[in-house]
Amino acid sequence: MSDVLVDVDGLKVHFPIKRGIVHDRTVGYVYAVDGVDLAIRRGETYGLVGESGCGKSTLGRAVLRLSEPTAGRVVFDGTDLAQLSGEPLRRMRRRMQMVFQDPLSSLDPRQSVQSLLVEGLRAHELDRGAEATAARLRELLDVVGLPANALRRYPHEFSGGQRQRIGIARALTVEPDLIVADEPVSALDVSVQAQVLNLLEDLQAQFGLTYLVIAHDLAVVRHIADRVGVMYLGGIVEEADADALYTEPRHPYTRALLSAIPVPDPEVEDRREQILLTGDLPSPAAPPSGCRFHTRCPWRQPSRCDTERPPLREIRPGHRVACHYAEDIAAGRITAPTGLSASRG
Amino acid sequence: MALLEVDDLSVVFTRKGEQPVVAVDGVSFDVDPGQTVGLVGESGCGKSVTALAIMGLLPRRGVRVSGSVRFDGTELLGLPAAAMRDRRGRDLGMVFQDPLSSLNPVVPIGLQITEVLERHRRTPRKKAMVQAGDLLTRVGIPDPRRRLDEYPHQLSGGMRQRALIAMALACRPKLLLADEPTTALDVTIQAQILALLAELVRAGDTDLGDTDLGDTALVMITHDLGVVAGLCDEVNVLYGGRVVERGPRHPLFAAPHHPYTVGLLASVPRLDGPRGQRLSPIRGSVSDNIPWTSGCAFAPRCPNVLGACTSVTPEMEFGPDERLLRCHNPVPAPQEVRA
Repeated sequence: MSDVLVDVDGLKVHFPIKRGIVHDRTVGYVYAVDGVDLAIRRGETYGLVGESGCGKSTLGRAVLRLSEPTAGRVVFDGTDLAQLSGEPLRRMRRRMQMVFQDPLSSLDPRQSVQSLLVEGLRAHELDRGAEATAARLRELLDVVGLPANALRRYPHEFSGGQRQRIGIARALTVEPDLIVADEPVSALDVSVQAQVLNLLEDLQAQFGLTYLVIAHDLAVVRHIADRVGVMYLGGIVEEADADALYTEPRHPYTRALLSAIPVPDPEVEDRREQILLTGDLPSPAAPPSGCRFHTRCPWRQPSRCDTERPPLREIRPGHRVACHYAEDIAAGRITAPTGLSASRG
Repeated sequence: MALLEVDDLSVVFTRKGEQPVVAVDGVSFDVDPGQTVGLVGESGCGKSVTALAIMGLLPRRGVRVSGSVRFDGTELLGLPAAAMRDRRGRDLGMVFQDPLSSLNPVVPIGLQITEVLERHRRTPRKKAMVQAGDLLTRVGIPDPRRRLDEYPHQLSGGMRQRALIAMALACRPKLLLADEPTTALDVTIQAQILALLAELVRAGDTDLGDTDLGDTALVMITHDLGVVAGLCDEVNVLYGGRVVERGPRHPLFAAPHHPYTVGLLASVPRLDGPRGQRLSPIRGSVSDNIPWTSGCAFAPRCPNVLGACTSVTPEMEFGPDERLLRCHNPVPAPQEVRA
């Protein structure tokens, strides 16, 4: 059994932009995911961070084959998901589940918690008699920290954090190997957010789960993930162990992203050196040539950056960066213009 | 004298046949000219309703507002609608969380900004357009002349928020209320907007014309403790519709004394702390409240709860380190807050 549970290879997901009422003309593509390679090892938590529109959710969905990839492969435990269809695909789905951002809109308001949880069991023929099922449901509620009387209640009767627990319990019913959690805590209040993060960690330890956690909050990802991939405009620009990424970010975008996060400590805030990026995220329908980040990069060089797309290359074991000049920037051979921290967009 | 004095402000939403909802339950705070004051709290703590009450933007029906909001010596509550309209946008500016729903989708950006200038300053349209262009430049929108003719949907989220800030600042208000101005934005854009706000209120700003913006006061409403830590002079922590702790940012973050503030800080994962430590969340959720009239609203979730907490309402008093607190059993000197 290989160490890698999910192997994503050259994955592309392009969405056509359609025009016309009678003729369905395709006038362009949104390059949501544009060439991503990553491997998720068994039992680890892989964190995917990026700003809105960078393609992180689409990537997560494509891993589960909820979005059809345009090109590339997703190999789940040795099986290429693209080769599967119909019944084999459905059976494979038991092993990969998803937890969504908004627990209220991802839970059917007319289904009781019991019905929500039993549905997955039935679909995958794990429903072995009323008694066994009832015992299983009680066990599930117990592990996610919901009261036993929750079964007969409906989603609207719960608070946001409890709803997210229902969503997690639902994902767990079919005993999956992989859970893709798309922004699992961003809809929750901070005090509750910590409860759910702790729960996710406990469940991983208890059931040996593998997580793909997608989030925009770098502090959350750093807390929960073992390895982190940073996405920008459809591609991964940097990937490293969580500690290495945060202590020694090598890609200019990662550095800017990390420097932009406010820390709840005035002492740190007063000293914090900010790299303020200028401008906005370019449209993923018309991504810039060359390095996708060159339009906003403070370290941009006149050559190569706008013509040649940098590959994700390993600069240290386990640390991959998609920047032509990562070493030069780290060594200080290329410096950003002075007064950077004061510049505005 | 303080620029804005909010005293015992309460907002109760009433609905026929239903229990009244007490959204704000006696909030008091002051804002001095040029000061940046933060209102922090989780959803449902009444921070946004406080802002709407100050601005007089709550509906007149079904809402009971009591207490006092004095702005520059004038009582704003109960001011006739017309008089309030004269002040809103001129003396008091407001920036909302979602720029797309606070801009008019069918009116070009330029017209929406000039509208403010025409209404309050009687600036002729042409001159106002020039000023609107300058304002957009000031808030960091590139190519402002083109942007003036564009509609909100043509702007990115960050630019919309900049446009909204430009509108709020058009008449150089004495007070700017910003309600979660960066929550809908990405972190890199958030950093841009926060830098802009800090610059607009802090530094003397002469780019906008004769007077400088240096003494504009800012009330920053947010749930993000990080945003507050970097920007606000004075921080008010709200829970269940009341201020539970108040202090200048440095001492407050270094040694929070209210169990809620301590809990909030301990439950956020921090980028600069050591990794792999477990978070210590506050138990329960925001909805587990008891009414302030019968004790402390935070008591059901509080780790420091005493018998008195569920029977005697705590008052805002000086606790340890001369900190204003609403707590019977405050957390003593620096605990393991940084963990």
